[in-house]
Amino acid sequence: MTTVLQRSVADAPAANNQAILEMRGISQIFPGVKALDGVSISLYPGKVTALIGENGAGKSTLVKILTGIYRPNEGEILVDGKPTAFAHAQAAIDAGVTAIHQETVLFDELTVAENIFLGHAPRTSWRTIDWKRMNSRSKELLQSLESAIDPTIRLKDLSIAQRHLVAIARALSIEARIVIMDEPTAALSRKEIDDLFRIVEGLKTKGKAILFISHKFDELYEIADNFVVFRDGRAVGHGELKSTPQDEIVRMMVGRDVGNAFPKGAVALGDTVLEVEKYCHRTEFRDISFKLRRGEILGIYGLIGAGRSELCQSLFGITRPLSGRLTLDGREIQVRSPQDAIGAGIVYVPEERGRHGLALPMPIYQNMSLPSLGRTSRKGFLKAANEFALARKYAERLDLRAAALSVPVGTLSGGNQQKVVIGKWLATQPKIIILDEPTKGIDIGSKAAVHGFISELAAEGLSIIMISSELPEIIGMADRVLVMKEGLSAGLFNREELTPETLVRAATGNA
Amino acid sequence: MPRILKRRETLLAIIIIVMIAGFATRAAGFAEPANLANIFNDTSILIILALAQMTVILTKSIDLSVAANLALTGMAVAMLNAAYPDIPLIALVITAILMGAVLGAINGYLVWALEIPPIVVTLGTLTIYRGMAFVLSGGAWVNAHQFTPVFLNVPRTPFLGLPVLAWIGIVIVLMMFLVLRYTQFGRSAYASGGNPVAAVYAGIDVGWTRFLAFVLSGALAGLSGYLWVSRYAVAYVDIANGFELDSVAACVIGGISIAGGVGSVAGAVLGALFLGVIKNALPVIGISPFTQMAISGTVIILAVVFNARRERNRGRIILRDQAAKDTASEGASA
Repeated sequence: MTTVLQRSVADAPAANNQAILEMRGISQIFPGVKALDGVSISLYPGKVTALIGENGAGKSTLVKILTGIYRPNEGEILVDGKPTAFAHAQAAIDAGVTAIHQETVLFDELTVAENIFLGHAPRTSWRTIDWKRMNSRSKELLQSLESAIDPTIRLKDLSIAQRHLVAIARALSIEARIVIMDEPTAALSRKEIDDLFRIVEGLKTKGKAILFISHKFDELYEIADNFVVFRDGRAVGHGELKSTPQDEIVRMMVGRDVGNAFPKGAVALGDTVLEVEKYCHRTEFRDISFKLRRGEILGIYGLIGAGRSELCQSLFGITRPLSGRLTLDGREIQVRSPQDAIGAGIVYVPEERGRHGLALPMPIYQNMSLPSLGRTSRKGFLKAANEFALARKYAERLDLRAAALSVPVGTLSGGNQQKVVIGKWLATQPKIIILDEPTKGIDIGSKAAVHGFISELAAEGLSIIMISSELPEIIGMADRVLVMKEGLSAGLFNREELTPETLVRAATGNA
Repeated sequence: MPRILKRRETLLAIIIIVMIAGFATRAAGFAEPANLANIFNDTSILIILALAQMTVILTKSIDLSVAANLALTGMAVAMLNAAYPDIPLIALVITAILMGAVLGAINGYLVWALEIPPIVVTLGTLTIYRGMAFVLSGGAWVNAHQFTPVFLNVPRTPFLGLPVLAWIGIVIVLMMFLVLRYTQFGRSAYASGGNPVAAVYAGIDVGWTRFLAFVLSGALAGLSGYLWVSRYAVAYVDIANGFELDSVAACVIGGISIAGGVGSVAGAVLGALFLGVIKNALPVIGISPFTQMAISGTVIILAVVFNARRERNRGRIILRDQAAKDTASEGASA
């Protein structure tokens, strides 16, 4: 036992104490795929370890092993130096591991306290649930996270950031020593991220070991101490994050140098295509005005809940504005429904492509032609040949990989599904395309491809409105940026004025 | 998609043929063309209702009021015919279709404008329509001798070897095939059920599409009202009681997904024929009606299990090819 202890201390490059958890030579084999191949990783108390890798590199598989959902084919897991079997979810919890997922898995209809104590609620001497103690303990836990959430309200009434707090309180309530955070910032605004990071710092001082998964480098450098890079199921590098430049980590991730990730080319801007004047919504936004020119990329930046998606949804006719004028090519138009918007040449590619973008059981060609049926039909009757021709054209252009255009979209990989969504909207031959978080949750390689494609569209004379929460993306891509704050316009910035500081200052209103 | 669906439907067709062959060994003459024509004729109304139900289910809804709609429109045209024998039959048939469509539109409106879940709406209208049939008739029956001969005879008239009733069934099948495959409404129905949110973003009015599906379902139920009363030569409050569940069962057996967006006309027709064959065969080989119900129920659950397994395989191409291979070998060995 002593030798094991000594060795793990010796192995630890950045830690001066023993690893709480060590995984050695872990392999996970699925039929036909080796998802993890001899991976070793150590987590130390009071340290945040960043787990970095492209989509499909094996990060989720590792999380599932650590939470007892998968059992690895090879390798061992040591907790405090003792080999421990993570045979099922409860075993992982008993070992002190808890995970906070991307879309937090909690129960909407239960109260905050019930969510925190589900499965280990305090009992009275009659073995019934001790609500009083449960609520007061929840309140204490939340207070320790500097939050005043009432433990008796239902989870569905909380914001996403508040739900994360509840998940963290739950982790504290089971006295987890190892906290896995799987893209916890994906849906958070900058201010909420800062709050989260303060809590993570708090967890560090309490001696918890944290495994932090994220695609965003600026955040990782802010919060993480160590890093592990995964590529194709292997751990290809590890070390201390602060002393490792980002370029080197990106090289480890992709195994090659990546060029400019934000290649917005210089495009001569044309005439004004769309003019939005004093757009107001009853509850979501007020007095929004901007102009959009041909070939222009207009970025919309702001915190989550600033009204960016709501503004764009109302431009697309999903919701109705209360007042305001919309002028397209010099003529005033009314957009009362998505049909009107598509007819006028405005299309909207929603944020949640899976939920809002595709009918998975329907064939590729039918998904692609869905908003264009007016053009592909003759006298109200559908013409499959025209639909196929349309789908083929955009499938080729987007380099869509599919066995046939008649297979259901659900059988495609995520990246190819995304191509179907984009193809479907391009096929309507729009003048203006609204992209809501176009690269959310996709890996760096695919991101560059999406950015390249957006630039191409702008070069062809399409006007683009791009909502994004990622500062490098919006600064790299946009010609101008509209910043929104709490439903109001907080400034319109030209390309040369764009710096992270200006945008963040405008979005948060901090002087 | 056509190839996969074809496989599923071919499998169901093979099962039906095997069943017929099996029953023929127990009851001589079961597989005779005349008997098969009779079974088809007998199942025509169920086929029409299954297609009505399918259209609604495709849009991620359900219409539990089809049988009550049938009973109310059937009672209305029966009483009209008994009271005013001079009204031409075609006018009565059109009345039945329009009245059914209006009853369907009530369902559709409640689902569309008030956004009440379809199962709640149609559970309510099911009771209301039955109740209205009672109010209309005062609980009285319209018996065979009160109908005009034309009212009763037209659906039974043989034409090219099949009764007109069966031909009506065939025409409706073709019509529904055209509507669902070649019209924007049909495509919108699949899209509204396959992913309602994506359909909205694609410029499809999901509420309107559901409304139209309910109107179509109601119109077909109204037509079935006349056909039912004419076929059984009697109208009373409780006709076709529980038949809405048969229509749902036919859809489920035919591979129409209760979650919406998936299913074909051929599937619904085969599902209805499957139930029709069982209903006709079991008495012939001497099985009691109660056992029949148990058998129908078992088949429905098996169909759901089968479909659920198909759904699970979706998205993994390698495994699904394997599953398809298994299916093919099962079909061959059966």
